[in-house]
Amino acid sequence: MSTPAPAPTTAVSNPSVDPLTPNLSDAAIMRASATPNLPEPTQQMEKVAKLIDISKCIGCKACQSACAEWNETSPEIGICDGTYTNPPDLSSEMYTLMKFSEWENPDSGNLEWLIRKDGCMHCEDPGCLKACPAPGAIVQYTNGIVDFVSDKCIGCGYCISGCPFDIPRMSPTRNVVSKCTLCSDRVAVGQGPACAKACPTQAIVFGTKDDMMAHAETRVDDLKSRGYDRAGIYDPQGVGGTHVFYVLQHADKPELYSDLPADPKISEVVEGWKGPAKAVGLAAIGLAAVGTVLHSIFGKPNTVSAEDQSEAEELVDAELGAEGQQREEV
Amino acid sequence: MTNSWTDIKNTDLVIVMGGNAAEAHPCGFKWVTEAKAHRAAKLIVVDPRFTRTAAVSDYYAPIRPGTDIAWLMGMIRWMIENDKVHWEYVRNFTNAAFIVKDEFGWQDGLFTGYDPATRDYDRSSWDYVIGEDGFAETDPTLENPRCVWQLLKAHVDVYTPEMVERITGTPADQFLHIAEMIGETSAPDKTMTSMYALGWTQHTKGSQNIRGMAMLQLILGNIGVMGGGMNALRGHSNIQGLTDMGLMSNLLTGYLSMPTEAETDYATYMSTREFKPLRPNQTSYWQNYSKFMVSFMKAMWGDAAQAENDWAYHYLPKLDVPNYDVLRMFELMNQGQVNLYFCQGFNPLMAFPNRAKLTSALSKLKLLVTIDPLETETARFWENHGEYNDVDPASIQTEVLQLPSTCFAEDEGSLTNSGRWLQWHWPGVSPPGDAKLDTWIMSQIFLRVRELYRQEGGSFPDPILNLSWEYEDENDPTPQELAMEINGRALSAVSDPNNPGATLLEAGQQVKNFTELKDDGSTMCGCWIYSGCWNVDGNNMARRDNSDPSGLGVYQNWTWSWPVNRRILYNRASCDLEGRPYDADRMLIEWDGERWVGNDVPDIGVTSRPEEVGPFIMNPEGTSRLFARGMMRDGPFPTHMEPFESPMANVFNAEMRGNPVARVFESDVADLGTSEEFPYVGTSYRLTEHFHFWTKHNKVNAALQPQFFVEISEELAAEKGITKGGWVRVWNKRASIRAVAVVTKRIKPLICDGKPVHVVGVPLHWGFTGVAKKGYGPNSLTVFIGDANIETPESKAFLVNIEPAEEPVA
Repeated sequence: MSTPAPAPTTAVSNPSVDPLTPNLSDAAIMRASATPNLPEPTQQMEKVAKLIDISKCIGCKACQSACAEWNETSPEIGICDGTYTNPPDLSSEMYTLMKFSEWENPDSGNLEWLIRKDGCMHCEDPGCLKACPAPGAIVQYTNGIVDFVSDKCIGCGYCISGCPFDIPRMSPTRNVVSKCTLCSDRVAVGQGPACAKACPTQAIVFGTKDDMMAHAETRVDDLKSRGYDRAGIYDPQGVGGTHVFYVLQHADKPELYSDLPADPKISEVVEGWKGPAKAVGLAAIGLAAVGTVLHSIFGKPNTVSAEDQSEAEELVDAELGAEGQQREEV
Repeated sequence: MTNSWTDIKNTDLVIVMGGNAAEAHPCGFKWVTEAKAHRAAKLIVVDPRFTRTAAVSDYYAPIRPGTDIAWLMGMIRWMIENDKVHWEYVRNFTNAAFIVKDEFGWQDGLFTGYDPATRDYDRSSWDYVIGEDGFAETDPTLENPRCVWQLLKAHVDVYTPEMVERITGTPADQFLHIAEMIGETSAPDKTMTSMYALGWTQHTKGSQNIRGMAMLQLILGNIGVMGGGMNALRGHSNIQGLTDMGLMSNLLTGYLSMPTEAETDYATYMSTREFKPLRPNQTSYWQNYSKFMVSFMKAMWGDAAQAENDWAYHYLPKLDVPNYDVLRMFELMNQGQVNLYFCQGFNPLMAFPNRAKLTSALSKLKLLVTIDPLETETARFWENHGEYNDVDPASIQTEVLQLPSTCFAEDEGSLTNSGRWLQWHWPGVSPPGDAKLDTWIMSQIFLRVRELYRQEGGSFPDPILNLSWEYEDENDPTPQELAMEINGRALSAVSDPNNPGATLLEAGQQVKNFTELKDDGSTMCGCWIYSGCWNVDGNNMARRDNSDPSGLGVYQNWTWSWPVNRRILYNRASCDLEGRPYDADRMLIEWDGERWVGNDVPDIGVTSRPEEVGPFIMNPEGTSRLFARGMMRDGPFPTHMEPFESPMANVFNAEMRGNPVARVFESDVADLGTSEEFPYVGTSYRLTEHFHFWTKHNKVNAALQPQFFVEISEELAAEKGITKGGWVRVWNKRASIRAVAVVTKRIKPLICDGKPVHVVGVPLHWGFTGVAKKGYGPNSLTVFIGDANIETPESKAFLVNIEPAEEPVA
């Protein structure tokens, strides 16, 4: 019997050479998309977080490189569009992206080159999961990681509209949506995320959310001592806080950082979609099975047509009635 | 580096000028972020562009490419004027007090002794007054108007903040702000580290750029201390090893120098190399030169090198020119004087200036042999790739042999990093296909050449036939065998000089380090400064003990550092004249009354008394040099010189173009442009997403920075009608290239001599092999002239014109 892997508290340690049992199991799933009556998780884990300290980031893209290597994705060799942001956008082959913005600070007169690593924020209250109609295709573990389970993804793209940060991307070839997993496969065996491991300046650090928050506060103090009076932590409460969060030099102006939303919230459409969302979700218990089969046979992009949706609603209304309302709390 | 990467965490202030550490050395740059995070250190960046290093700096100032000397001399002037000088250090540890010959002077941008006909100086006046006792005369009060200090004060007087602004474009207020920050480090317990790279070397006065900062650091007392130093960030993982091992045409190993043809015998050669001390009691360590030289000759030729034959001195090639550097080799090649060229781990078609000339030169070879793990542009110089390599293969008769070699991850051996650490590594994977070790390839060539000499004789077969080749498998010397040969061993029993009658070394025993080397033929050593890397303790380069009892990032037992595992050079200078550390919290070494002890290997005889023996033991003065005597071709002090292609005339001498003593081949004169035709200043640089021309072969790197571009200011873009992401043509007399435009706030027009100067940034990394988009390198446009002392080409400053262009047809 191999030992269970400890929960990682840093990304810089080297892997154990002993065989380890993964520490993330179904028992640690605290939320799952379109899954009514999900059993209470029996495995309670300490909340983890990745802190991205923009003031220490040198924009080297080692995180992008490590991400592509670890996840075995193949970002396209594109073109230069006149900026340093490459590829030009997140994609199903590039889960994280350094976004570069040049800003002339009117107070100091100084130019600032604000480089933000974009990617999934792992919201405590994940809009993607709420919007997802495919049972179990999006799960949240008790340590805070929000993970996509592509085997169960029906490729409807609802999670994309559910995300207040515009992160998930549809694969045009595999017809499933993907995003940063916070390296749940690495975390499960005691390792931190690949991006944090690769970051040469430790602008990206990983550990428990409490430790990362304490570290972030020391970084804010350092920045304030260097004249960044409005330095602060970006851990937006509109989505319940996030498990990927930032230290910003100008926390009062998050939009400077390539349009980081000032007060992200789950779209009212998704929140207000209680009936339909649930309806689609639950209908998908049936649909997903069909969808998966069709998907694998035809390999076409899966979208939920208006007909599908109304059919699903009817199905749900007829068969499940009030029971489905429970999922609204998710 | 005088210091080490890990030591940077000990600094109070980092200045990155002449480099772009965060982009070109991201892993090493982590030590800057450590210093910032844990010592509240500040970071200053001075660069023509607002780089990714500037993005995390505390203060940034722009500078016109090629004007660093004026900036640095201005900084020295400010320190002197504002009494920001570490006086005890300057008086005792520099040559400030030395008296210089009356004839020496500077006028109109030139030092005494200039001859325009030979483009060279008579340097005889650039020296000390030697007294009747044979020692240099000094004035410890620094008041003698002919002492180095007074001459330096006079020399830098012209570089006022206004003059600095006029020449460099750095606004005077920004310059003064930085001066205040730097001036604080003149306190004995404050220090600054200088991190630089090719931004300083790739100029026709590159060596003088570096000297300028070294002088500033000496005046501040920042050399030899923790967190200080002159830290050259090397551009390859083993480029420090390249120079250490003497892979320059004018060097043997360990900075022993190649003889010239005037030095016809060993005694003549040695007469100018064993420097006698210029002051009483000084070490002048090069007095041991003959021990290193004889041991080197024994490593080369074994029993064929004997006292009777001058240790086979006549086997050594003798230089008829100062240097067979790459520029000279390609010039000769282009003249049709080179038949065969070996190109090992080197892609000159993209790396050296004026690509059109390189292509022409390679086309005149009979045979080109490339040894490389990758498909280089050089190996494919004859292949047509549309506008990216527009050649006619049918007209090129050069035969090309490509020998695939292993890369660093596929072989075993050591790499010497910027901090002089020899770090042993092991193969991570097996080499693909027919790739072979470089050592195997070279052995095969050598063995075949030797066999030909055996069979056919030849005009001078002895150096080849007698070359020492004592490896278990002569076809495949192992890294272990080579490393042990480099370390050196006793060839016969060596007696102990401190214990008469006792034996220090048995025959065959590895020497402990270079202090055991002899000049009587009883020891051999491949590279004296590396001696100690593999001694009786085994392979010290393979050590992986990362304990750090000092807590100061010394890591004495992590791999091995030359010389003698010393981590910080000149560390004696971290202590005062009584041997007490200037900063007790950053103690490197200290004098305990009888000997030097501490956290690092002392850079001085362990029993050398602190009040007597100066810290700069390699120099016959025992001090460092603010005044370089005649040791540099272009001046004992740095003086402002414009780039050969510049938007403005030299303010001191409008007739003077570039560096007045830099070598210019006649064939290149016609290719030089002026600012009337080419009004914009081009400069070249690396990007963090790529490593030279390697990573464009890697899909991930190629995706992260896929396509060649040039960077210009919003102002220039508006003036020229160039749009962000649109195409431009950039050209001068040497080439016309096309690129995507990155239009940015990070480059701003500078005002120099009252006129705006626009900078066009041209990154390298693209070519016509690999998986990234095809593109050009800056070397299509750069000038074929090198530094006056070491011939590094002036790739950082050249003139271009620019206009909007059509996208090339794919």
